Amino acid sequence: MVKIQPGGINVTDIAQSIGRTQEASRRKVLPESVFAWLLVGPAMLFIAIIVAWPLAETIRLSFMEAGLGGEEYIGLANYEDLLESRKFQQTIVRTFYWMFLSVALKLVLGLVGATLLNAAVPGRGLFRVLVMPPWVIPIAIGMIGWLWLYNGYFGVLSGTAQAIGLIDGPFEFLAYKRSAFYSAVVADVWVGTPMVTLFFLAAMQGVSRDLYEAAWVDGAGRWYRFRRITIPQIMPVIVSMSLLSAIFTFNSFEIIWILTEGGPRSATTTLIVDTYKTAIGNYKFGEGSARAVIIVFLLGTFSLAYLFLLNKVNKKYGVK
Amino acid sequence: MMDKYTKLQMAGIYAAIIVFLIFILLPFFEMFMASLRPLEHLFRSPYQFWSDDFSFQAYSDMWVTVPLLGRYIFNSVFIAFSVTGLTMIFVVPAAYAYARLDFPFKNASLAIFLGVNMFTGAVLLIPLYRVLRTLGFLNTYWAMIVPGVAFLIPTGIWLLRSYLEKIPRELEEAAYVDGASRMYTLRRVVLPLATPGLIVVGTAVFIGAYAQQFLFAITFNQTRELQPLPAGLFEFIGYQSVTWNEMMAAALVGVLPVMVIFLFLQKYLVAGLTAGAVKE
Repeated sequence: MVKIQPGGINVTDIAQSIGRTQEASRRKVLPESVFAWLLVGPAMLFIAIIVAWPLAETIRLSFMEAGLGGEEYIGLANYEDLLESRKFQQTIVRTFYWMFLSVALKLVLGLVGATLLNAAVPGRGLFRVLVMPPWVIPIAIGMIGWLWLYNGYFGVLSGTAQAIGLIDGPFEFLAYKRSAFYSAVVADVWVGTPMVTLFFLAAMQGVSRDLYEAAWVDGAGRWYRFRRITIPQIMPVIVSMSLLSAIFTFNSFEIIWILTEGGPRSATTTLIVDTYKTAIGNYKFGEGSARAVIIVFLLGTFSLAYLFLLNKVNKKYGVK
Repeated sequence: MMDKYTKLQMAGIYAAIIVFLIFILLPFFEMFMASLRPLEHLFRSPYQFWSDDFSFQAYSDMWVTVPLLGRYIFNSVFIAFSVTGLTMIFVVPAAYAYARLDFPFKNASLAIFLGVNMFTGAVLLIPLYRVLRTLGFLNTYWAMIVPGVAFLIPTGIWLLRSYLEKIPRELEEAAYVDGASRMYTLRRVVLPLATPGLIVVGTAVFIGAYAQQFLFAITFNQTRELQPLPAGLFEFIGYQSVTWNEMMAAALVGVLPVMVIFLFLQKYLVAGLTAGAVKE
């Protein structure tokens, strides 16, 4: 059961304020739809100026040869170049691999973490606080810490590996294609896990104890209760966090940019990094915009497909 | 009772929690250790975990190396607070409308808001630069506040809407029947009841605003005095050498204000998200 805390308001206050409004009762009441749009309108207008207008501008620029010098209409040429490029195809594949791997790890770690922090052991209040810092601090600052950890000369990871004899000399985690990619994944998982954990934990606390007690009385073990009660009960949150987390991870920019700037030899270049490099780094606004449009298209398609499949699965299993 | 664990299970749970926490806290520990190391220590080989020349010198030197450090920390907090305040002004009425009212294009417009989540600033940087230039916001605080607000409004609406849906309708209906205007009901009946939810959403927005300053700052702002901490920290990377130990010290001191704020609010955060996560 969830109780709503009235937040220090007592009922007489409310009764009084309601009483006072009776004087105003002769005023005409706004129609619901007009009032609603008055409330939603400002937010909508803000989004229109800061997001929709730039988005339209991005689409327009994607048909242009545009840079610092000026603009010239070139039709679909930017898109044709991109779709024919092997390198760009590899970037798309790499981005999806990055997303699936990182999101899967975040979900598993988040589920494990939330289960641990939900266990009735002394000190869990403290543990819950200690898990949050990566989420609370600026991503750029967390990445400075990881830069250091991954350093071959002064990082503790390379240092420990040397001390126990795993490697002979310093190992630069970010200097080799494969290790750089997985190092960036780990840092991304580090940033994303606390939020996933927190939302899963919140969902687990919302599961009614009656369910667990009934199962316990019937002799169900912990693992069984976890599988058959906890997971199904928090499924809506798992589903929405998966999509949200996938979108964040797909667009994760600062982590890669600060750790590797997309290198070495493009090993960590995802679509968003490629877009930034092209548009901001090389002033190729047209080509960069075409990449941005492709990102929006891919993410939009992915989200719709996800929601569509989800709907189908839900129907099949009779979940409303 | 069913919550009781055997000694072995207890040990297992604690061991797992500790492993989990090591992963989460390792970078912070490393940053702290690095802040204590003298610069010449860095390239010593073989690697040393501990040495006698650890000191807190960097914590006083950093203010000299980067004279504006205090200003950067202030800017970070100031920008995050401004973004939070502005975002809430837009979010609260909109979330209320989506939670309670029926109006044309309700679902379509909500979908548009949520669709905004699909873009980060990085996708829209070039045109966003032009928009901000047109509005005359470049190189001002607004250049970092305005885009922050835009990208946090959808999340705010989404979180607050589910919270408002939990508040019983009866009081609003009573106010309405008694002749209160719609705006009056929202201001004097709904908002006081929603205070815990407002704190939760406000905290979540603040964290988002604080975490995402870097990109907008390095792209839209060239004024040094206005830079937030994440951008300012890179000043420790000088032409000749990088004063890593001071950079780490500054990073740790710089996130202190937000950690303190978070410590005060974290209780509400977990409790509030719980309330929002449960479907009736």
